[in-house]
Amino acid sequence: MRLAIFADIHANRQAFSACLDAARARGAERVVCLGDVVGYGADPEWALDTVMDLVADGAIAVIGNHDHAIGTPLQTMNAAAQAAIEWTRGRLGAPQRRFLAELPATRQEDDRLYVHSEASQPLQWRYVRSTADAARSIEATDASVTFCGHIHQPALYSMSPAAKMTSFVPTSDVPVQLLGGRRWLAVLGSVGQPRDGNPAAAFAMLDTTSREVTYCRVPYDVEAAADRIRANGLPTWLADRLLLGK
Amino acid sequence: MVKPAIEPGAKLDGFTIGQCVHQGGMATLWTVTHPGITVPLLMKIPRVAEGEDPAAIVSFEMEQVIVPRLAGAHVPGCFGTGDFARQPYVAMERIPGKTLYSRIDDLPIPYEEARVLGGKIATALADLHRQNVIHHDIKPSSIMFRASGECVLIDFGLSHHNQLPDLLQEEFRLPYGTAPYMAPERLLGVRDDPRSDLFSLGVLLYFFTTGERPFGESETLRGMRRRLWRDPYPPRRLRPDYPPWLQEIVLRCLEIQPVWRHPTASQLAFDLAHPEQVKLTARSERLQRDPLSTVWRRRFNRELTLPKPKSDVAAQLASGPIVVVALDIEEGSGELNECLRRTAAQLLATLPSARLACLNVLRLGRVTIDRTLDEYGNNKHIERLVALRHWASPLELDEGRLTAHVLEAIDPASAILEFTRVNQVDHIVMGARQNSMLRTLLGSVAGKVAAEAACTVTVVRPPRSAQVETG
Repeated sequence: MRLAIFADIHANRQAFSACLDAARARGAERVVCLGDVVGYGADPEWALDTVMDLVADGAIAVIGNHDHAIGTPLQTMNAAAQAAIEWTRGRLGAPQRRFLAELPATRQEDDRLYVHSEASQPLQWRYVRSTADAARSIEATDASVTFCGHIHQPALYSMSPAAKMTSFVPTSDVPVQLLGGRRWLAVLGSVGQPRDGNPAAAFAMLDTTSREVTYCRVPYDVEAAADRIRANGLPTWLADRLLLGK
Repeated sequence: MVKPAIEPGAKLDGFTIGQCVHQGGMATLWTVTHPGITVPLLMKIPRVAEGEDPAAIVSFEMEQVIVPRLAGAHVPGCFGTGDFARQPYVAMERIPGKTLYSRIDDLPIPYEEARVLGGKIATALADLHRQNVIHHDIKPSSIMFRASGECVLIDFGLSHHNQLPDLLQEEFRLPYGTAPYMAPERLLGVRDDPRSDLFSLGVLLYFFTTGERPFGESETLRGMRRRLWRDPYPPRRLRPDYPPWLQEIVLRCLEIQPVWRHPTASQLAFDLAHPEQVKLTARSERLQRDPLSTVWRRRFNRELTLPKPKSDVAAQLASGPIVVVALDIEEGSGELNECLRRTAAQLLATLPSARLACLNVLRLGRVTIDRTLDEYGNNKHIERLVALRHWASPLELDEGRLTAHVLEAIDPASAILEFTRVNQVDHIVMGARQNSMLRTLLGSVAGKVAAEAACTVTVVRPPRSAQVETG
């Protein structure tokens, strides 16, 4: 089975539709959404409706901190993120807010765990910045592969049976076999707000038979997504950073 | 899950186990057969029992992901792998014959034999590096040869794939490998520089031509670290008849700083293929090691130990291409050759590690008996070499980056294509003749080369003024 995995869509319609098209072209049979469907971007209704339709068709989705903040106004965020959340909350209808509120923090399927930030304390929204952070997440689960997002920078960590860690910055479009015997943490880049210096939208494909994960990058109409942010009066830095990919 | 037994006659994923042919420290090797696979097969099974070296597991994992991705004549073909979840194995082509280790009692071998051997190994390394893989364990027992002569590299357990997670990178505090052959930068944890393999090949060539290992056999970290500042005795000191070109090549491979070695394995193979054109520097004549003052400076110089950003192997190879310019040097080629020089200058300006081979084809008649001398008694071959060097002189290239070659052939295009293939040329620059009678009669040389070459071809045409449309 070929899975398409999306993290941190962030209400970026142009990026998400480009990734969905790319995933279909690569033969995706099923979708996993690792949270943060909304926040930052200017098309939360469309992004959320799309994810809700996918879930109705059998997709898996977990909650991200921006999704969580829609129903929990007290969460601390930076000013631009906070402004975008306030704006987003006003745009969403009751069914959409309910969908977000009911998203689980984690989902496990076969030997895979899906979570937004990392597995040790999923609702503390900690970033995986190092092999030590990755080790903490891997040790907190019995899944052999964990998929997460949140930090908006792609990385792939592994832990050997002797608990030694390796880290790796994935090369786009080169499949990596997730060897049995070690445990893996696949940190995905962001669909809607990449921060690794490459403005192209990021997602990943997993072939569950060959156990190969492929990190993909998709160019999309960044200008249009940035224009939508400006036209809706959201903080202009949120538009500028899309063009820079940071 | 119950592990399938590995014994003669047992079945595993469609393979039938034959005889155990090797019991090594890290793995055992078995002959196997598979219906539908006609080439002889070998199955490598790692030792993973309790108390075994954890490096055996990690290096097997690397082999398991790297070997299936490799292709070409210089690696064994891969026919299947098994995971640690059940029974780990790699099933691959069995290369008949012995490894180069079997020659160890014949050392030193003749220089010419070493030159040919080194060229074959460098060619195999170039092909491996092009696939984003650094071998990291080049030594006689990792090298075999096909019946057709090509070098085959085996044992990828310590290899680095530049586009896959390096499971060995952070796993062990001590660098893993074979001490006498290990490049100095490996002792500092650098695993992503393909020139580390050129160093190991330099050790092998030194050993095979002198009978001595340049850095001894010390296996201690302290003993190995000496190579970070102490250079080996020049081969000429051990063998006074050592050819200067060979010493130049071997000592360049053994440079402490990777940047002073050949930029790519292809360029090393090129030097070994054209020993008469190797630019001889002070290296070639040396009889002494570096003075102690240099050694001490090196020992406390942190240049090599400064952290480097992660390297991109493909980009590094692309910065050191072998560029061929094919030239006509007859009367009337002046304008076209000027354009070719300008194009070559632009290419080389952006590629400081590139080397340029100027090529001219001395066309032989199909039926006439050719003479080496022209009607005035001058040697045509030498005249053309002089003309090629003259053409290149305005480029002001360091001599080490420039070679000139006159090929003799009936069909110029085929000669250029053959030179390109044998020397692993990356880029051909050549001129297209305009409105030439010869072209009409014989077809375009550039057209054939552009159509059939395996590398990039740039066809240069002189600028033309607009023509009046007729008809």
